[in-house]
Amino acid sequence: MLLFAPYILLAFCGAAAFCGALNIVVVSMVEVLGKEEHGGMKAEKREVRGARWLAAVPEDEYVLKGNSACAGCTAMIALRYALKASRATGRKTLLLVGACCMVVCEGVYPNTAYNVPTLDTAFACTASMASGVEAALKSFGRRDVNVIAFAGDGGTVDIGIQALSGAVERGHNFLYVCYDNEAYCNTGMQRSGATPLCARTTTTPSGKREKKKDVPRIIAAHDIPYVATVCPSYPMDLYEKFKKALSIEGPKYIHVLTPCPVSWRFPTSKGIEMGKLAVRTGMWTLYEVEHGVFRLSAPSRRVVLNGDVLPVEKYLRAQGRFNGITDEEVERIQKIVYQELERLKEATARRRLW
Amino acid sequence: MVWSVSAKEAASESDAVRAGTRRVIEIRLHSRGGQGGVTAAKMLAVAAFLEGKYSTASSFYGAERRGAPTVSFTRISDHEIRKYSQIRRPDCVIVMDPTVIDAVDVTEGLKPGGKLLINTENNIDADKFEDYEVYTVNATKISLDFDLKVAGAPVLNVPIVGAVAKMGIVRLDAVRGAILKMFPNEKNVAAAEVAYKMAAML
Amino acid sequence: MQEEVVFVTGNEAVARAVKLAKPNVIAAYPITPQTEIVEVLARYVESGELRSEYIHVESEHSAMAACIGAASMGARVFTATAAHGFLYMCEMIFWASIARLPIVMANVNRALAPGWNIWAELKDAMAHRDAGWIQFYTASIQEAYDTTLMAFRVAEDRRVMLPTMVNLEGFVLSHVMQPLRLVDEAAYDEFLPPVRIPHALNFERPHTLGTLISPEHNFLVQYDNNKCMRAADDVIAETEREFEKITGRRYRAVMKYRCEDAETLVIAMGTLAREAEVACDSLRDKGEKIGVLRLRQLRPFPKAFAEEVKRLPAERFIIIDRAYSSGYGGILAEEVKARLYDLGIIKEVKSIIAGLGGQDVPHEALEKLFMDKQGGETWYGV
Repeated sequence: MLLFAPYILLAFCGAAAFCGALNIVVVSMVEVLGKEEHGGMKAEKREVRGARWLAAVPEDEYVLKGNSACAGCTAMIALRYALKASRATGRKTLLLVGACCMVVCEGVYPNTAYNVPTLDTAFACTASMASGVEAALKSFGRRDVNVIAFAGDGGTVDIGIQALSGAVERGHNFLYVCYDNEAYCNTGMQRSGATPLCARTTTTPSGKREKKKDVPRIIAAHDIPYVATVCPSYPMDLYEKFKKALSIEGPKYIHVLTPCPVSWRFPTSKGIEMGKLAVRTGMWTLYEVEHGVFRLSAPSRRVVLNGDVLPVEKYLRAQGRFNGITDEEVERIQKIVYQELERLKEATARRRLW
Repeated sequence: MVWSVSAKEAASESDAVRAGTRRVIEIRLHSRGGQGGVTAAKMLAVAAFLEGKYSTASSFYGAERRGAPTVSFTRISDHEIRKYSQIRRPDCVIVMDPTVIDAVDVTEGLKPGGKLLINTENNIDADKFEDYEVYTVNATKISLDFDLKVAGAPVLNVPIVGAVAKMGIVRLDAVRGAILKMFPNEKNVAAAEVAYKMAAML
Repeated sequence: MQEEVVFVTGNEAVARAVKLAKPNVIAAYPITPQTEIVEVLARYVESGELRSEYIHVESEHSAMAACIGAASMGARVFTATAAHGFLYMCEMIFWASIARLPIVMANVNRALAPGWNIWAELKDAMAHRDAGWIQFYTASIQEAYDTTLMAFRVAEDRRVMLPTMVNLEGFVLSHVMQPLRLVDEAAYDEFLPPVRIPHALNFERPHTLGTLISPEHNFLVQYDNNKCMRAADDVIAETEREFEKITGRRYRAVMKYRCEDAETLVIAMGTLAREAEVACDSLRDKGEKIGVLRLRQLRPFPKAFAEEVKRLPAERFIIIDRAYSSGYGGILAEEVKARLYDLGIIKEVKSIIAGLGGQDVPHEALEKLFMDKQGGETWYGV
């Protein structure tokens, strides 16, 4: 349905180099942003911590070079680290990929860039196909497999939410990952339920009039054992949450904000920075809900609890998708963000998300 | 069962139809939703089946609600039954709930000389049914005497099927067998036997 | 050995067949008039009589998706649906066949809303005749049971590897009770080998199922699919012969009733064909040379049909359709006409549209329709 990305050619040139060099990219980002924001000693400590963490991440690659991701794709970082985290659990991985960019990234038959058994699914049914996979494994008596379903925001918050809700309600033992580039980016950026307020898409040329649907909260309301939000700009947080999720029995849900340089219209090299800005402005918050207990993650703690928050304008003005946004609109978004941060502050005090 | 029938074989079956030996006995049951009409139809079919016959049981399914008049069907034959249409000209009609008579024309399509069984505690106006061979039985009383209840309401299917045996459609021992297969309880069998004794032709 | 006979509905018969096949996974959503199938199966699973993983999906789309997920792992799977449920899973129906997964599904044929109608009509299945599924249409409770048993073997045959559906008409078969001769479990275990899906996902040699496919390869996949669908015709015939050996019950793609000397040949599917047999008997008594040819499978369209039509002396064909393609004609009628053209047979063809939305079609009415010498298309009741 939505498989053919207009960016596929672009993808072939840039992606492989980018993903191959990812470890270096991650370290240097920590370095750059760390120094800018905190200076001297602190940055050095972070660098050491980063290096130590990196050493513990399995070296095996399950996303191979030559994949067709666009240059600067942050979703690929999420997938790459998810598969490494799965490896770190000592179990095998069975990957399901919804109809989304990640299918395009596999490459074209007879090639595939994913070095784990992979089942591509139709748009609406990533979670229900995962249910079938999990049931089959159970029937075979196999308990040594992590079933990981990867789908975009369109396939999760819009067309696939029924299947997802059903699958987590039924309690299947699998991890569902929504990588959220806040639009149907695979088909040229049409509005999805996850598109933020005022973002220009090809189907909302004057800006989206509604706010983003909060799906992590909806899934958390299913009372499943683990829900988390992450962003590839914080790879340690991301990796550790994937690992933790995979150590828990039952349905798990991780929502990844993946800035998309092509659709959001920012320079290819700025994906990590954009994710950091999202978190630092409170446009995206990192947290986890483990067995119902809500906890902010370190990068968002100071934003939510200490009021150490950057103005949203910094984030909005850095992206072409918000071109032409008025000051009133910026103010409206800012107000909503403050309200949201207030809500999260209360959630932290109550240790409940909802 | 014969699945592919040659012209010759089928012709002989057709002769059998003409001679009346391959007759299908068609029975229609009138009841109200919740009284067990479908179960009665099934019990009759099972009884016939235990006699070595071929039978089918069905019901007209609609937007069902408790208490609404419903109809169920049983077909009995010596051969495989290939009719799936509704029964329009029954050989026998069974009225499990006498109040249905006021709501629907229970004898509609009943062949002249056909058999009619009515569950009633009162006398039936025989003139009204003079074209038919009418039987009555007080199945409700029998059911209450034997304390056959489901959700507080008397179960009518067991005594009704006992009374049908009196009409010569199925044998009493087959009815016994059917009841024991479906509701393995001697009390049910006893109720059917009493109904068999009590059922009387007008 | 004593043959066990029970007295059950069509739905329960299908559930009993599935129990014998012991699928690894059952994923199903309830819908009238299919509900009893999934209820009985759920009971079997809860009581431990059947060791399947039962997925209580939240929709039919998910039911078929879960079946596809499980079959992609190499599991034997089953689902059941009807009418709107079938249409709701439409996307995944096509997916299952292109993915070459031997999923078995029972479809209890029912008409489509609006104007809610829960009664029999074949349009739900016939509208999917191009979906790449093997389609069986049954005409008795015994046949629904037996065909379900055979469906697993046909679908999982290495030469076929295609999803297979068994159709039984809503209420007239699903809810009617008839005697059912059961197949012995041990005999069936021997009849149905363990499932092995060659392209199932595995951890030893990881591969991807369903990635992008370019125009250079896509048509080859479809060509292959068609080749196997055609091969299925022979596999079905072989399976029916094997089944006959263990049960003594004889099924063929084309079931003939008094056809040999018939001048008029009635062609139909499902229970209307059986009702037509009753009408046929009566007309034979009146001296009419008439026979009934019942199609048990629509896809693959049986080769046997051409063989029989070429051989039989009939000069006039009457086709009964319980489904209609608006602006075109009775679906079976059009299929048959196309076959006749292929064979160079130009004879009188009459098309009867009857039984839509559960319309009751008694044999007396069929008799009249058969005797009506007018050709073309006739709608019963109009």
